[in-house]
Amino acid sequence: MKIIIAFIVLWPLAGFLFNGLGRNIWSKKTVAYKATGYIVASFIFSILAFLNVQTNGAITVHYFDFINTANFKIPFDLKVDALSSLFLLVITGVGSLIHLYSTAYMKEEEAPHYARYFAYLNLFVFSMLLLVLGDNFVIMFIGWEGVGLCSYLLIGYWFTNNTFNYAAKKAFIMNRIGDLGFLLAIFWMIAKLGTISYSEVLTAESLAKLSTTDITAITMLLFVGAMGKSAQIPLFTWLPDAMAGPTPVSALIHAATMVTAGIYMITRANILFSASEFTGHVIAIVGISTALLAATIAIKQNDIKKVLAYSTVSQLGYMFLGLGVGAYSGAVFHVITHAFFKALLFLGAGSVIHAMHHEQDIRKMGGLKSKLPITHITFLIGCIAIAGVPPFSGFFSKDEILAAAFAKNPIYWVLGVIGAAMTAFYMFRLYATTFLGQFRGTHDQEHHLHESPFAMTLPLILLAVASAIAGAIGVPELMGGHHWLSHQLVSIVGEPHEATLSHQTEWMLMGISVTIAVIALTIAITIYKKKADGEPQTVLGKFLYNKWHIDELYNNAIVEPLNKFAGFLKEVIEKSVIDGAVNGTGKLVQYSARKMRLVQSGQVGYYILFMVLGIVLMLVLWFNDISILRFLIQLTNKS
Amino acid sequence: MPILYYIYLCLTLFSIGVVGVLTRRNAIIVFMCIELMLNAVNLLLVAFSKMYHGAAYLNSPTTTIGIDAQIFVFFIMVVAAAEVSVGLAIIVMMYRNTHSVDINFLNRLKN
Repeated sequence: MKIIIAFIVLWPLAGFLFNGLGRNIWSKKTVAYKATGYIVASFIFSILAFLNVQTNGAITVHYFDFINTANFKIPFDLKVDALSSLFLLVITGVGSLIHLYSTAYMKEEEAPHYARYFAYLNLFVFSMLLLVLGDNFVIMFIGWEGVGLCSYLLIGYWFTNNTFNYAAKKAFIMNRIGDLGFLLAIFWMIAKLGTISYSEVLTAESLAKLSTTDITAITMLLFVGAMGKSAQIPLFTWLPDAMAGPTPVSALIHAATMVTAGIYMITRANILFSASEFTGHVIAIVGISTALLAATIAIKQNDIKKVLAYSTVSQLGYMFLGLGVGAYSGAVFHVITHAFFKALLFLGAGSVIHAMHHEQDIRKMGGLKSKLPITHITFLIGCIAIAGVPPFSGFFSKDEILAAAFAKNPIYWVLGVIGAAMTAFYMFRLYATTFLGQFRGTHDQEHHLHESPFAMTLPLILLAVASAIAGAIGVPELMGGHHWLSHQLVSIVGEPHEATLSHQTEWMLMGISVTIAVIALTIAITIYKKKADGEPQTVLGKFLYNKWHIDELYNNAIVEPLNKFAGFLKEVIEKSVIDGAVNGTGKLVQYSARKMRLVQSGQVGYYILFMVLGIVLMLVLWFNDISILRFLIQLTNKS
Repeated sequence: MPILYYIYLCLTLFSIGVVGVLTRRNAIIVFMCIELMLNAVNLLLVAFSKMYHGAAYLNSPTTTIGIDAQIFVFFIMVVAAAEVSVGLAIIVMMYRNTHSVDINFLNRLKN
């Protein structure tokens, strides 16, 4: 088992080295086969590991000591348990499909860049696997940084475009802000507990050692890390800009896997989070606010990928709402279903963009239903799933989170349902504008419309099937299921909460949310079947279209003052103070040297005079006490 | 006789030597002043030597404590004699070149 687990991580690393080092050697075909093959191999090994967990339970394997000092040790251990094996399957499974899809989507790229793309993608999978497999927070942090790096590299993949480079930098910097929180949390744990292994930190004994302040501080800092990686208020603006990367990257990194790292981390550390009431409230409030904010923005966006990006932010908000109210298995459930349908939607969008020759504005699409039949059907399934219509997967996971939110505080539920209605609305606005009605693009584009190749439609079909039926892993007991997922996660998050809601209440909540979602999507289809959005007219419309002006706000409140401050440092501090000090020293030395050399007149008499004065001065300094006097007095007395 | 008298005498001689070196321009007088300083130190050495040796001699007639300073004095005399021969030779050469023994002319060496 030790070997199998190691190879889950090593396959993608091998792919990275193979493609990265041989990018000028291998043909595109070799690169594509190898890159996809390594991830598929990793997927197969993940299945083996998963089955092993099912029969033999969780295992931790030790490879070597990462850091080993006298009283502090960071072992390089990998842990496969219920939680990480589920994430393994999602990462490698969705990852394989996206690699397959990419082989066709990226085929217009030159060979070295094609290989570079797959090298980054493999490195990403490697980092993500390390993140979920690590048995302590430091290994998780290595993976955490690795996915941030790969995200940066892939957003800036088309590095000749400066806008994309800015988007990449933005993503990296925002992530780094969050990472700092994570790092501080790790330091805090080391300082207070002297260890960072899950098996030692996440126990009741170590909880007892921590004061309430410690727990709140650690969980809040961890949450700051999760905010950056999982795009929550206030660090969410990087995610929509990350759409500058190739579309499969958006599907893999910015929808299905990397952004769920924050949820994984909080679920992993749920013992700490459950112990802090305060952090729970903060997470729930941040989550629901993010969900609503992003949903309102998504309603007015016209870029097909931007809509999906804001929808991702919004869905991540739901997951955090789930974490905040203690529904950890619900959040993980939503991560899994979301991975399927959001990857599907992004890949479908990629297929549309591919057919439209890199046109992303939905106002110039329309009527693609007949031209792209497979993309249309699969995209529709994705939309239904995310809108929360039963029996598709999104319904079950979202409903579980909403039910838990209702049990905690009905206001969360009301806001959550409003968000769900908006989700249904903007997704079907997107669907109707893109696929229904008349084609609004150029004649040339219409002529070239084509369904994508098999390598692209196959992942779409598989993901559509998964999106449709993935809800089966978490059918609530209410509907006669036995909620397989939450039983899986008992060892991680504890027994699911006793049902505090009566069956009638649950049925009613479900009925309300589904009805509202269906009404919203019907309205959206009716409006946008005929026409696309024009330029926003109303004040509110403009406000939403401009994304609440949050980018401008950050720019004015943070970036500009920092730039001004940096300019001040450059112009004033650097030029006058630092340069002044350096040049001043030089000038002083030159000046004094010019004056001092006059002393050296060549008159021997003066030299000797100075020598004598020097000796006298030395004597005075040497015997500046009265010892010489006392010596003389002694001599007098003796004689 | 109190040792202090010797010390005062030596200080006086030494100071005269220093002042002479600093103020006089005649190379021969400067030279003599240097000798004066040397001999002031010699005198001091002998005086201290005698003081320590005399005190120890009362206890043990065979003691050698303090006599090493007198050996120093001989060394200094020898070195001073050598120095005098060299110094006077320099002064003679100087006189031949400049027809003067004024040390301020020595700055001609510069440049």
